[in-house]
Amino acid sequence: MSDNVIVRVVVKMLAPFILLFALYVQLHGDYGPGGGFQAGVIFATGFIVYAIVFGVRRTIQALPFAAVTAMASLGLALYATVGFVALGLGGAFLDYGALDSRDPVHGQHVGIVLIELGVGVTVAGVLTAVFYTFAERRRR
Amino acid sequence: MSLVQHLPALQVAVPLLAAPLCAMMVRPRIAWLFATLAAWATFAVSLAIFHRVLDRGLILYEMGGWAPPLGIGHAVDPLNALLLVLVSGMAAIVMPAARPGVGVEVAPRAQRLFFTLALLALTGMLGIAITGDAFNLYVFLEVSSLASYALVATGADRRATTAAFNYLVQGTIGAMFILIGIGLIYMMTGTLNMADMAVRLREARDTAPVQAALAFIVVGAGIKFAVFPAHVWMPNAYTYAPSLVSAFFGATATKVGAYILIRFIFNVFGVDFAFGEMRIGWALIPLGLAGAFVGSLVAIWQDDLKRMLAYSSVAQVGYIAAAIGYANRDGLIAAIVHVFNHGLMKGALFLVMACVILRLGKADMRSFRGLGRRMPVTMGCFVVAGLSMIGVPFTVGFISKWYLVVGALDAGLWPVAALVVLSSLLAIVYIWRVVETAYFREADGPRTREAPAMLLAPTLLLTVLCVAFGVATEFTVGVAGSAADMLGVLP
Amino acid sequence: MTDPLSFLSGHAVQWGAVVLLMTGLYIVMTRGNLIKKVVGLNIVQTAVFLLYISIGYVEDGTAPIVLEGAARYSNPLPHVLILTAIVVSVATTSLALALIVRIREAYGSIEEDEIRERESD
Repeated sequence: MSDNVIVRVVVKMLAPFILLFALYVQLHGDYGPGGGFQAGVIFATGFIVYAIVFGVRRTIQALPFAAVTAMASLGLALYATVGFVALGLGGAFLDYGALDSRDPVHGQHVGIVLIELGVGVTVAGVLTAVFYTFAERRRR
Repeated sequence: MSLVQHLPALQVAVPLLAAPLCAMMVRPRIAWLFATLAAWATFAVSLAIFHRVLDRGLILYEMGGWAPPLGIGHAVDPLNALLLVLVSGMAAIVMPAARPGVGVEVAPRAQRLFFTLALLALTGMLGIAITGDAFNLYVFLEVSSLASYALVATGADRRATTAAFNYLVQGTIGAMFILIGIGLIYMMTGTLNMADMAVRLREARDTAPVQAALAFIVVGAGIKFAVFPAHVWMPNAYTYAPSLVSAFFGATATKVGAYILIRFIFNVFGVDFAFGEMRIGWALIPLGLAGAFVGSLVAIWQDDLKRMLAYSSVAQVGYIAAAIGYANRDGLIAAIVHVFNHGLMKGALFLVMACVILRLGKADMRSFRGLGRRMPVTMGCFVVAGLSMIGVPFTVGFISKWYLVVGALDAGLWPVAALVVLSSLLAIVYIWRVVETAYFREADGPRTREAPAMLLAPTLLLTVLCVAFGVATEFTVGVAGSAADMLGVLP
Repeated sequence: MTDPLSFLSGHAVQWGAVVLLMTGLYIVMTRGNLIKKVVGLNIVQTAVFLLYISIGYVEDGTAPIVLEGAARYSNPLPHVLILTAIVVSVATTSLALALIVRIREAYGSIEEDEIRERESD
């Protein structure tokens, strides 16, 4: 925790923009540089930098530990589900083209956005969980 | 496309999807039930794949509909079909036993994560076995390794943490070596698809990077495979891990290393290059035999029986390495058959340890005194699986040893054949010590009874399989034979 | 046979990777402090990353994004592979550090020789 006013004010202002930038990297990932992993790391960074300055306890109030681990599981589950849905619609496993039977290219878009979302959610969850676990260890 | 065609995708996807779902189940019992069902489903898929491979010889699957070598594909032939059956079968047998077995060794709060890790380890190993892409092989290797480091660390003894740490350091270096090897091949061939690599390597194989790649992959896979002298991580990891983890990994983890070695040496690099030019037989046979002797000798002096079994694994891994080094058909059959057979017997023996630890708290020589009368079924299993470890006729161990000796004689290496027989005699000593203590020493510990049926049934099943596959040998030897033919070794 | 000097200078990146690999392995083998071992492991991994990235280099190639007027692109595949390997390395490092925390709690030390001393009694 930091008592420095400048650090506190800057982090407070910056944290929402870090999260916003994470969303940009996430959603822009299928056209330009970026993607789920990078977005997940940036998203987690937003919470971690907040926790470093304002304390882990306050961060956990905003984003509980249970939510973080659930994110880790849900992202992976979303990834696998997309694969199974493609399989159920008659394509190969993870064949995004099968997601839209009339327009395979559109299906590819939908597929990659969902897959990257799954990756992003998992990475953000896992990294925050790793940080929480280390930071909370002494207190337990 | 019908569901049958998607079996290779399901093989990895089912445990992969089950793992995060399992992590969300709060109650340990539900998590266990779910993990067991997932393991059974995976086993059913692997049996179906195996059946299809026996019909058709080779199954290819294109992930996402992209054709290899551009896309990433799964490729199943008799060699990895057998490994898939072994890995998922061991998971299907061990997972039901996990409820009583893990209950005493892992805290209830951590149990759902324990089952999640077990499913991830299963995913990783199946992925290594099934993938046709070299880089995917590395990624799955790390998935299974990371899960197994964490699983080893769940052991109750505090030494489990240091064992897991050493396993992590050595395992990571092994994986990095494999990654360097794959990178060097990619540098020379521009492909990551293993079948495509094999074709393109024929022209590029006299270059320094390819020769270095072979060395890196053999050393890296050797560390994962625990070939002497890179076996150091194994004894502690298997001793301090929960017994069921030891049972599952003792039966499967090193086998996956053996698979990587066989796949790269015979398929990707080719026999001529690996054995003719690079002469890796001269490394594998002496190291394998040294491992067989050192492992067996050290096993004789162990007081902790889990550690004894771990050193016995060092010896058995040595046999497999030596058999690969023969570079002939019988040697390869010996290696593949022993991968399968050793999985069965080591699984059975570690499950016996799980039974004993559940009732007596530890598995040292002292707690085995008089156990033959107090836990007759458990000890019966130990005797049968132990005889198999020695290589007595009508057990699986005999089949492996037979082909080991025949292969050595075929290769004109009669001293090797003699040493294999000699080192098998050492196995008699360490198995007999336990049998003698259990049947001819008076019990002085607390009274005890048989392990619960949930734990005893899988132990019995594996023991029965040790005998069944020892009598009906056409199955394993037949599959290993067709795998060996496909890998292109001379008869 | 190329002369030794041009062999050295022509493979500068590879030599860099070799030096890093050896440095990392040396640290892992000789240091008793568990954290330093993890650092050594990270250096080994970095060496491999460097080797892979060097494979993707194409002379005069630009970033692999479709661009008007660009004729050559560097090979993006090794970069993607290494992104995956970096993720793995993050996971390995955090697992190793978690194990070190547990070891510290169980033994009160992260020095290998002290742990071994306490293990025996």
